Amino acid sequence: MALSDGASTGSGGAVAWKSDVMAARGKARYAAGRRLQIYGMIAIAFALGFLAVLVGTLVYTGSNAFRQSMVTIEIDFSSAELDRENLMDSNWRNVFRDAVRDDIGELSRSDERDYFSMFTSSAPFLIRDRIMAEPSLLDGRATFMVPLSDPFDQLAKGLVNTDLPESQRRVSDRQIAFYQALERNGAISRPINWGLFFNSDSRFPELAGLAGAISGSFWLLLVCFLISFPAGIAAAIYLEEFAPKNRVTDLIEININNLAAVPSVVFGLLGLAVFLGWFGLPRSAPLVGGMVLALMTLPTIIIVTRAALTSVPSAIREAALGIGASKHEAIFHHILPLSMPSIMTGTIIGLAQALGETAPLLLIGMNAFITSPPAGVFEASTALPTQIYIWADSPERGFVARTSAAILVLLGFLIVMNGIAIFLRQRFERRW
Amino acid sequence: MAGYLIGLMALAALASAFVGIWRARNKRDAAGGAKSHSRPIYHGLNAAIWTGVPAFVFILLWLLFQNSVIDALVIASFPGSDQLSGPQQDLLVSEIRQVASGNIFKEPSPEVLAAVDHLRSLESLATWAMVALVAALVALGAYFGFRAIEHRFRARHSVERSVTWFMMFSSLVAILTTAGIVASLVYEALQFFARVPVTEFLFGLRWEPQIAIRADQVAGQGAFGMIPVLFGTFVISALAMAVAVPTGILSAVYLTEYAGERFRAVVKPLLEILAGIPTIVYGFFAVLTVAPAVRSLGLAIGIDAAPNSALAAGGVMGVMLIPFISSLSDDAFAAVPRAMRDGSYALGATKGETIRKVLLPAALPGIVGGVLLALSRAVGETMIVVMAAGLIAKLTLNPFDSVTTVTVQIVTLLIGDSEFDNPKTLAAFALGLMLFIITLGLNLIALRTVRKYREKY
Repeated sequence: MALSDGASTGSGGAVAWKSDVMAARGKARYAAGRRLQIYGMIAIAFALGFLAVLVGTLVYTGSNAFRQSMVTIEIDFSSAELDRENLMDSNWRNVFRDAVRDDIGELSRSDERDYFSMFTSSAPFLIRDRIMAEPSLLDGRATFMVPLSDPFDQLAKGLVNTDLPESQRRVSDRQIAFYQALERNGAISRPINWGLFFNSDSRFPELAGLAGAISGSFWLLLVCFLISFPAGIAAAIYLEEFAPKNRVTDLIEININNLAAVPSVVFGLLGLAVFLGWFGLPRSAPLVGGMVLALMTLPTIIIVTRAALTSVPSAIREAALGIGASKHEAIFHHILPLSMPSIMTGTIIGLAQALGETAPLLLIGMNAFITSPPAGVFEASTALPTQIYIWADSPERGFVARTSAAILVLLGFLIVMNGIAIFLRQRFERRW
Repeated sequence: MAGYLIGLMALAALASAFVGIWRARNKRDAAGGAKSHSRPIYHGLNAAIWTGVPAFVFILLWLLFQNSVIDALVIASFPGSDQLSGPQQDLLVSEIRQVASGNIFKEPSPEVLAAVDHLRSLESLATWAMVALVAALVALGAYFGFRAIEHRFRARHSVERSVTWFMMFSSLVAILTTAGIVASLVYEALQFFARVPVTEFLFGLRWEPQIAIRADQVAGQGAFGMIPVLFGTFVISALAMAVAVPTGILSAVYLTEYAGERFRAVVKPLLEILAGIPTIVYGFFAVLTVAPAVRSLGLAIGIDAAPNSALAAGGVMGVMLIPFISSLSDDAFAAVPRAMRDGSYALGATKGETIRKVLLPAALPGIVGGVLLALSRAVGETMIVVMAAGLIAKLTLNPFDSVTTVTVQIVTLLIGDSEFDNPKTLAAFALGLMLFIITLGLNLIALRTVRKYREKY
């Protein structure tokens, strides 16, 4: 009993547990334990607080992009100078400018430039496309909703600090006056920004949308699923049920575990060198991206499938074999269907990971600027994460909100996929 | 085109499955009730395999090699091409292909136009040849598949053999992938080392890869010493681990030892969400929020922080790794037997003492393994650093300064159009090889640590 601080009573006697010194010691020991508990709470609070700030920031900056400021303009086509024989090549720019000019009256040249800069620069083409779809509009007056250009969209959403000196903002006092005149006329509205989902990429934030990225991601995941799902299940069944225990199968198992830990950018190098360089497959194509993602998803599916197969009780296999089924029949008719819910759950989680994967897609060129959705797996396209990367790199202010909105869309897809996985697990998975 | 062809082929296989089933039924009925070896469905499947699989494999092989063969033929017939070097030939091919797809930037020369015509005729020839050969293969396969249908034919064995072959091939894909990674990295890295000495790459202290690709560009002289890049990688990884290791372990301690059942059921999935968020989201968040915050923090304490400081990238990466370390430590704590905990309590230790003096030492090998795995992730993590870290390689330990990493360099060197003929793009593969070796080594050490030092209770 080496308690030197006077807690012991004389030589070899019992400890005076009730003494003040011992009570203080006990207190200190419990206090140390409580400190550890508090540190743990701080650690968890830090992680969860970070998550909250992350999601909060994205929702706060992204929510702006779900609405788009529009101007309603009216065009009288009876007086418009149009080549009615050749609508496609008519001078739509002049039609648009004449119509807008009617609303405001005579302006000096520089004022006119300021005034027109309020509308998105492709407004004439939006009008043309609507007319091409609905030629009957040409017979009289028609109203069109035209997006405001990015600086004015920011102004309409109250994101421009009008107290700053004029030289430090992107809209001049004169332009603000024009905008306020429009607003007084009731021409400005802020409907839901469907263009975010149905437009393709554009250099102008007010027109940029995710249609190309979403369909590109769809093709990517389709290719990834068609390759990794059958191949993963087949490999897992072989390794679990058929493979002899020898060097080759050991090597395969080590390989699978290692592949799961190889950095994703290395898979991108593989795709670039082998699929694009040696085989000459098309650059930026969802086919190549899907193949690379399939190689990354394969280990996940194999590991999940093997776990699912081993969890099926051997009584089922023996019963099947006992009534004369072949080994293949026992597996494909009984064991595999029973383990399918777990396999599907794991596959969906693997695909959700693949959906958010960015680095390998950058290396095979899926960050190109492409203004139409891909029609198939051989066409150049972007994907959701690479679109986020492109927008995050764009200097226009409007792209900050669009990037956050695109991230929210991506997170939405991930939540849906993981939700399906959880539903499958709880609804169909059997515990033996 | 190939898509339609594959679809048609699948239809043909389906059709021959039905024809096979029907034929097998007829044969069975004709045999007058004698016992047959395989059910009709297996005869149908066997016919479908014969019809579809050879043609499918043929299409895949054809597609893989069509472009390279056509390029070689076009180049061979181009006047004066035999005097061009390999990279010049590649440039010429890409010019011809650009013109053929309608992207004309300057008026092409008559030779190029002739080559474009040649290319187009070869491509249409290739398409028709592919269709004809696939049709022949489908017909031939169907013929053999149907001919095999006999009352006593062991169709089930045949089908099962095919399935086994498919399964064996699938499990070889893992090996093929690793082989492909190693082969492509080593091959391109060797080309790089033919231009830049290995010693300069491994021990050089300057990294300035932005060399001129065309003669008229203004660019650096080029220096390919990877030490500063590697150093930057470890600065950022160290910052990430400084955030992730204490937070991860402490939250695991709290969740396993202190938290109630319901708190754990809510908080653990929430922590796992951090691991499920794509890394590009973290990267954007680092740029949008964390980097400005770090910068103003630096200004507040009188340090001039770079806008893309190592601290912002490393800190955000650390948060990403928290759930990883937390769940691996969680497993390690759960593996410590109950008796050790009870023994400690029986000796009068408080809960805090039991955790620090008994649980942590017993779980240490598992925790160290988890930390090493997390470190290997931090080294290979790409998108956070591509967006939030710098591009200039610097030898500095200041967390407020900007550094670059291996993955950032790989991505920036290869983004955009890349030709495999200059040290700039090849350097990315050399860096990739280093990255592969480092992460592989860390993973192997991690697994060995867990296995070797795990105490057997």
